Amino acid sequence: MGEIEQMKKEAEALKTQIEAARKAVHDTDMASAASGVAPAPRVQLKTRRTLKGHLAKIYAMHWSTDNRLMVSASQDGKLLIWDSHSGNKVNAVPLKSSWVMTCAYAPSGNLVASGGLDNMCTVYNLKTPVIKTVKELDAHTGYLSCARFLSDTEVLTASGDTTCALWDLETGKQKTVFLNHVGDCMCLSLSPDMNSFVSGACDSLAKLWDIRDGQCKQTFLGHTSDINAISFYPGGNAIITGSDDCTCKMYDLRADQEVISYQDAALNSGVTSLALSMSGRLIFAGYDDFNCNIWDSLKGEKVGVLSGHDNRVSCTGVPPDGMCVCTGSWDSFLKIWN
Amino acid sequence: MARDMSDKDILKMELEQLQKEVKNTREPVSKTTKEIYEWVEAQAAEDPLIKGVPEDKNPFKEKGGCIITCDFLWQN
Repeated sequence: MGEIEQMKKEAEALKTQIEAARKAVHDTDMASAASGVAPAPRVQLKTRRTLKGHLAKIYAMHWSTDNRLMVSASQDGKLLIWDSHSGNKVNAVPLKSSWVMTCAYAPSGNLVASGGLDNMCTVYNLKTPVIKTVKELDAHTGYLSCARFLSDTEVLTASGDTTCALWDLETGKQKTVFLNHVGDCMCLSLSPDMNSFVSGACDSLAKLWDIRDGQCKQTFLGHTSDINAISFYPGGNAIITGSDDCTCKMYDLRADQEVISYQDAALNSGVTSLALSMSGRLIFAGYDDFNCNIWDSLKGEKVGVLSGHDNRVSCTGVPPDGMCVCTGSWDSFLKIWN
Repeated sequence: MARDMSDKDILKMELEQLQKEVKNTREPVSKTTKEIYEWVEAQAAEDPLIKGVPEDKNPFKEKGGCIITCDFLWQN
C-alpha cells in the first residue's frame, strides 16, 4: 500500500475512534437536558438608533469595551467610529484599500484595526491629534477575514490563506502561526480567559487553539458548509457557530461535540454573523435573507426576529454590558436595538 | 498555508492532528450541558435583553423633543 493510502487508512480509523468516543458520552443533548428550564420570553426589540453615514455595504462592526463607542467598516473605504448613545460619528478613518472585511476595537479604546482583500491588518491610533496608522501587519498570503486585539501590543488575525496568526504590534511581525485548517479561515473568537481562541473556516470545521503554544486542541465537526461566524459562549465552556449551511450550532468544549443545532426548515439563507446576549441565553444571528433571527440558545427555538434592513445583515454585536444589539447591513446602515 | 502544501503534507498534518485529538478526554453531555444551562439561568436574570431595559435607564431610548401637553378648557 502506498504511503498516502496508508495515511488515509490510519486517518479514517482515528476519525472512527473519535466518533465512537463522542457517541459514548452523548447521553443527552442540550434541548433535552434543558427541558426543565423555563422558556425564554418572546423577544421584541425596537430599533432605537439607525446610524447613517456609510455610502456602501457595511461588512463589519465591533463594540468598544466602554459600551458606548463602536467601529464599523464599509466598502466605501472608511472606518467610522460612532457614539452609539448620541448616534453621532466621532471619527472617520480613510482606508488605503476599500476592500475591507473586518474591523476591531482594542480593549483599551486607543486603537482600531481593519483588513480585507489587501491581505493586511492595519492598526490605527485614535488618540493622536490626527489619527495615525501605527502598523501594517503584512504577512498573510490571503484576505484578512477577522482581527481581534488581545491588548495594545498583540493582535489575532484569521485569513483566507487558511491560517490564523498572533502578531506583535511593536515589531509588526507574526509571533505564532496557527496552521491546521484546510479552507479559508472566516472568523475567530477569543475565550473569556484570553488563553485560547476558536476559528471557523470554509472547510466547515471549527477549531480550538491554545494561544501560547500555537497548537490546535480540538476540532468540531457537523457543519456542511463554510463557517462564517463564531463566538465563545460567556461561561467559556461552549462555542456558537453560524454557517452557509443555514444553521447555527453549539459545540460543548468538554464533551467535544455538537449539543444543539439552531435551524428551521423554512430558513434557507446562510448565516453571516452572530452575537450573544450577556448571559448567552439569546443568539442574534444575521442571515443573507436580510433578517436577524433570535434563538433561545438552550431550547433551540426561534424567539424573535429583527427586521428592518433592506439587504443582507453582515455583522452583529452586543456590547460587554449587554444593553443592546447592533446590526450592520449591506444596506449601508447600522441599527441599534433593545 | 494549506494552499502551498502538497496533498501528502496536508494528509500528514491532518493525521498528526487526529493522533493528538484521539487522546482528548470527553465528559458526559448530561454533566457538561447541565453546568452550562445552570450558569446561563443564573445570569439571565440580569440580562438586559431578556429582562428588558426600563425607559428611564435606557441610554438608547429614542431621542425626542419634550411632549408638551396642554389641557384646553373649551368654553362656550
